[in-house]
Amino acid sequence: MAPTAVKSDVDVPEATPWRDVMRRVATDIAAPNAAVADQTASFPTRTFDALRHDGMLGLMVPKSLGGQELGLRSIADLCAILAGACGASGMIYAMHQIKLSSLVAHGMDTDYHRALMRDVATKQLLIASSTTEAGIGGDMRVSNCAIETAGDRVSLTKQATVLSYATEADIIMATARRNPASAGSDQVLIALRRDDYQLERIAEWNTLGMRGTCSEGFVLTVTAGADQIFPKPFHEIAVQSMLATAHVLWASVWFGIAADALSRAHASVRATARRMPSDFAGPLPGATRLAEATAKLQTFKSTLIAHIERFEAAKRDEDDLSSNSFTVEMNNLKIMASTMAVDVVREALMVTGIAGYRNDGAFSVGRHLRDVLSAPLMVANDRILANTAGLVVASRFDPGLE
Amino acid sequence: MRDRVRAIVGSMNLLPVPVDSLSDQDSLFDAGMTSFGSVQLMMAIEEEFDIEFPNSLLTRKTFATLDGLNSAVEQLVSQKA
Repeated sequence: MAPTAVKSDVDVPEATPWRDVMRRVATDIAAPNAAVADQTASFPTRTFDALRHDGMLGLMVPKSLGGQELGLRSIADLCAILAGACGASGMIYAMHQIKLSSLVAHGMDTDYHRALMRDVATKQLLIASSTTEAGIGGDMRVSNCAIETAGDRVSLTKQATVLSYATEADIIMATARRNPASAGSDQVLIALRRDDYQLERIAEWNTLGMRGTCSEGFVLTVTAGADQIFPKPFHEIAVQSMLATAHVLWASVWFGIAADALSRAHASVRATARRMPSDFAGPLPGATRLAEATAKLQTFKSTLIAHIERFEAAKRDEDDLSSNSFTVEMNNLKIMASTMAVDVVREALMVTGIAGYRNDGAFSVGRHLRDVLSAPLMVANDRILANTAGLVVASRFDPGLE
Repeated sequence: MRDRVRAIVGSMNLLPVPVDSLSDQDSLFDAGMTSFGSVQLMMAIEEEFDIEFPNSLLTRKTFATLDGLNSAVEQLVSQKA
């Protein structure tokens, strides 16, 4: 059977008017409200009100269900633009899109999920994700909690130790064991609307950065319809849509943060240049470092785009999508992007100096640095490397340049 | 507009010679403008006219003569209007 994957897109970011819409939201709303979300660790409500108002939450939904059927490359571009203005907003937007991509890729054959997608597009519903759970050490591919079924109804209680923007979301997509007798890795994914669950807060979110994501801990208590469970096992959903989309969109968010930090460094070097006498013979302070960091950002961009294209190509072939080598490539994207993003922001700080170290002012990169330091930790790079290590040994080595 | 561009060049101490000794077609680089000087000139013109040079206009040719600068500024100012 042909995979019901997201259809391959050939659009480029410039081809959509959504980029201009996102730029406006980023500049007019997200940027001026970023400091408040950061300082008070509060959800960027105004930014998401604006995104909803402009119809930005359902862009990935197929046209037949009221969406715009926007491809991953365009969504990645939108994430980067928003993240440049407010890292937390960019990450929330990306997390929403990651869950939506699973709905689009794996929910087209079931009435419940199609209706849900239609509502995401027409009512601009925000989707949160509950994969993390107490006692599983951060491994998304294992669950403790289990679905209990009674007729056509199911129930679930999950110790969701990290559940980003849970109280602001309209939908939560949660993983659980298929039933109480299932192994930890025999997981399903269930889509829940607000009426299907209750949240009891068990942990605060007081972190170095990404404070506006409000990734607090909750006990998630669910009673829902059995038809809300995706027919595909979660491990297939994870491998075929979720992991690659997550790595691409997270990388886009980190790119946006790094690019904005570097643009501040650029502006700061220009400000220095303005003060110099016109017969100044150089070298201009910070310019060499700026050049190095710009080269890094360029490599980051090329690699990210290459991986998006790689993912789009793999979507046409379910075997490729499920292959070890594809997983290795996407894991490598995560390692590269999280490392480079931190490097670039740190270089931007060195260029901007004390003005960059400040939490205020046009050259401040303080929030950028705190936000981007989450990158190597959210799914820890060490865990990903360990996972990749096993896969690399089991894969055929590819020495080619084709 | 052409006078304003010429006045900026004259006010910036970019050249060892008076700007009035140069025609609109004379090379500013040959007259002694350094590459760093051209960067400062670019920023001063951006500030004066509230414009931004796109990468496509950030070439040696644009900054080589007053004519080149004038036509770039005219183009960017008319785009802005």
